[in-house]
Amino acid sequence: MSLETKIYQKENNLKLGKLVKESLGDMYRSRFLARQLATRDIKAQYRQSYLGIIWAFLTPLATAAVWIFLNKSGTIQITDTGIPYPVYAFSGTLLWSIITESLNAPTASTKGAGGIISKINFPKEALIVSGIYKMLFNSSVKIILLLAFIFLYGVGFHWSQLLFPFVMLGAVLFGTTLGLFITPLAMLYSDVSKIISMGLSFVMYATPVVYAIPESGIMKTVMELNPFTPFILTARDTLTGLAPEYLVYMLVLLATCIPLCFLGLVFYRISIPVLVERMG
Amino acid sequence: MPKENQHKTIQNPQFKEDNQNRTSQNVQSNADNPQPTTQNQEPITENQEPRTKNQELTTHNRQPTTDNPQPTTDNPQPTTDNQVLIKVENLSKKFCKDLKTSLWYGVKDLVSGIAGNKAERELRPKEFWAVKDINFELRRGECLGLIGHNGAGKSTLLKILNGLINPDAGKVTIRGKVGALIELGAGFNPILSGRENIYNNGAVLGFTRKEIDAKVDEIIAFAELEEFIDMPVKNYSSGMRVRLGFAVAAQMEPDVLIIDEVLAVGDLGFVLKCFKRIDTILPNTAIVFVSHNMPMVSRICNKIILMDRGVAKFQGDEVGKAIDQYYTRFSNNNSNVVFDDGNLELVKAKLLGAKNLNNIPHLHWGDDFQLYLKFKINNLQIVPSFHVLIFDKEQRPVAIFDSNKEQYLLDKKDTYIEFNVLHHNFQLSKGMYNVGLNIYKSERRDPIMRINDLLKFQILHDIDVSPPFFLKSNFKFISNV
Repeated sequence: MSLETKIYQKENNLKLGKLVKESLGDMYRSRFLARQLATRDIKAQYRQSYLGIIWAFLTPLATAAVWIFLNKSGTIQITDTGIPYPVYAFSGTLLWSIITESLNAPTASTKGAGGIISKINFPKEALIVSGIYKMLFNSSVKIILLLAFIFLYGVGFHWSQLLFPFVMLGAVLFGTTLGLFITPLAMLYSDVSKIISMGLSFVMYATPVVYAIPESGIMKTVMELNPFTPFILTARDTLTGLAPEYLVYMLVLLATCIPLCFLGLVFYRISIPVLVERMG
Repeated sequence: MPKENQHKTIQNPQFKEDNQNRTSQNVQSNADNPQPTTQNQEPITENQEPRTKNQELTTHNRQPTTDNPQPTTDNPQPTTDNQVLIKVENLSKKFCKDLKTSLWYGVKDLVSGIAGNKAERELRPKEFWAVKDINFELRRGECLGLIGHNGAGKSTLLKILNGLINPDAGKVTIRGKVGALIELGAGFNPILSGRENIYNNGAVLGFTRKEIDAKVDEIIAFAELEEFIDMPVKNYSSGMRVRLGFAVAAQMEPDVLIIDEVLAVGDLGFVLKCFKRIDTILPNTAIVFVSHNMPMVSRICNKIILMDRGVAKFQGDEVGKAIDQYYTRFSNNNSNVVFDDGNLELVKAKLLGAKNLNNIPHLHWGDDFQLYLKFKINNLQIVPSFHVLIFDKEQRPVAIFDSNKEQYLLDKKDTYIEFNVLHHNFQLSKGMYNVGLNIYKSERRDPIMRINDLLKFQILHDIDVSPPFFLKSNFKFISNV
C-alpha cells in the first residue's frame, strides 16, 4: 500500500495547471462535505421557527406585493417595459440577488468557517461549493414564485425559458469569480466587505433591475457597459421570449470568466494559509 | 475501527514487539542496564545511538538530528511499519506581533504568493520566529511529545504539520493519512441534534456519508449519549459535547495523528477512555502529542522535544530528562511559602551528608536522609508538629515522614527550634525531588506554616525507573526438591 505523501514548505514550484487540478480534485472529493455544510446551515436557519421553510417564500412574496401595490396604485410611474411590471421587477431582483449573493458567498462561507479553518485541514473548496448550494436553495424558492408570476400575468410559456437556468448559472459563475478574488482581501480587512456592499448598492441603480435602460443620456452608456446588465437582461429575455439583445456581451463575459474562475480558485487556495496565520 | 486494528495486528505480529520496546525504552534509556533482554530490543538501542550524540540542541548547536538518519538497513526487519512517516527539516515560521502590520504583510504575502515566493525569508520589522529550525523524524509506532511553556511555539508547529499554515523555511514531509485532534466537534451547529452533528463533524473530518452511516451507532455508543442523541447540541454540557466530538474523531484511522491539548477537558473516565483509544491506535500510527500533562507525556511518548521560544531546547529519547528541564523553569519560582501565620520563621534548611552539584544536593540511593531545620520562634508556647513531605518532579507527593511525637513546652528564653529529621537507607529511585513542609500547632490542626518547595535534591543511582521508589529486595528461591 503506497501512502499519499504531502510536502509542506514555503510556496515554490507553483504550477498553475497542477494547482487547478488539485483544486478541482479537492472540490470533487469534498462534495459530501459541501452538501453537508449547506444542509446544516439551511436546516439551522429554519429549525428554530414554527413556519420554517415557509419563510423562504414569504419574504420575496412580501417584496413583490409591495411593488405590485406601488405600481397598481400609481405611486410610481415607470416607462413601459414591454412586459408586466411585476414580472419585470421580480425577475430583475431575482437575478440581481443571485449575482450579489454568489459574489458574497465565498467570503461569507469562509468567514463563517473561521473557527474550523484554523484548526482542521479540510478541502476549503467545499466552503465555496456549499455557499453556492445555499444560494441556489434560496434562489430556487424565488424561481418558483417567478414562474407563478409569469403565468399569472399572462406571459405564458416560451421555449426560450428552458435557457433560463443556463443564464442563471452563468450569473452564478460571474459572481463567484469576482467573489473568489475578493475573499482573501475581505478576510484580512473588514473594509473590503464594507466597500463591496456599498459599491453594489450603487451599481444596482446603474443596472436595469427595477427599471429599464433610459432612451438616452449618460445613464444609458453606463448601464450598457455595466457587466451586470447583460446577465439580467438576457435572463429576462429568455423568460419572456424576446430576442436577447445582450447575448453576445454576456457570452464574451462568460468566456473570460471561465479561465478567471480557475485563477480565482488557485488564488483562494494559496491564500488560505496566509489567512489562517492571521486568524489565529 | 477495533476490527481493523486487530486485522492489522494479525498481519504484522511485530507490532507487539514494537510496543514492548516502547515501554521498556524509558526504563532502559540509561543503557548501563544490561538486563533488558534479547534481540528485540537491539534495533532500538542501535537507533538511539546516533541521536544521543547530538541530543541537546542548543541555539548554537543546531545540528539537525534528522541529518543523522537512522540506518534502516541495520534494522533487521525493515517492514513498512517503521517507515518514517513524518520528516521535519529545518522548519521555521515567523509571526508578526502587531495586528495592522500583520495584515499588511498578509496582503504582501498574498501578492508574493501568487508569484511563488522563493526568496529567503528574513524577519521584517515587528516579526519574530515562532518556530525556528526544528528537525525530527517520526516512524510508525512512535510518539513524539512536544512540551514547552505557553507560547513556546508548540501549536504553531502543529499547525504547520497539519498543513494549516505554510512554513517560512524548511520542509515537512508527511506520508499517509493525517488526523488531527486539535479541536473536537468542529462543524457542530448548536441548534441541530447530536445525530445531525455527527454527520457535520464527520464530514469536516473527511468521512463520506456511507462511512458515517456505518459508524453512527458505534459513535453514539462510544460517546455514551444514546439517551440524548436527538437533543440539540446547545443543550449538551461541555463534557458531553467533547465526548461526542472525540467519539467521531476516534473513528479516524490515521497514519499520522496530531493531538493538541484537547483531551484536557472532560472527566477522568473520559480521559482514560481517550487514552485507551490512543493506545490501541498507537502501534499503527505516528503520533505527535502536545500536552502540559507530564505524567501523560511520560506515559505515552518515547521521543520528546522541549520547545522554548520556538527552538528545540532539548530533543531526544530521554523523555524524563526533558520533563526535568521543563520543570526547572517553574522551580525557579521562589515564593514557596504558601501559608505563614508569623509564629515561626525558617532560618535554615539543609540536607546533611549530601554533595552539592550545581547548587542541588545529591544523595546516593540507599544513603541516609538527614534534613536539618532551624526556625526562629516569634510567638509559640509549645513545639508544633512538623510534617515533612517529598514530592516528585511532577509535584505529586510520594512520601511523608512520620511527624515528631514529643511536643514539649517551650521556654520563654528559647529563641530557636533546631532539629534533624533522619531516615535511614533512603530508597527513592533516581531523579529529582522536592521537600515540602507543613507545620501544625497540634497533630494536623491549626496550621502555622506551609512551605511547598523547601529544597530540592537529586538521588543518584545507576538504575532509572519511573516509580518513585526503588526498594531493596531479596529474592529467596525456594527449592522444591
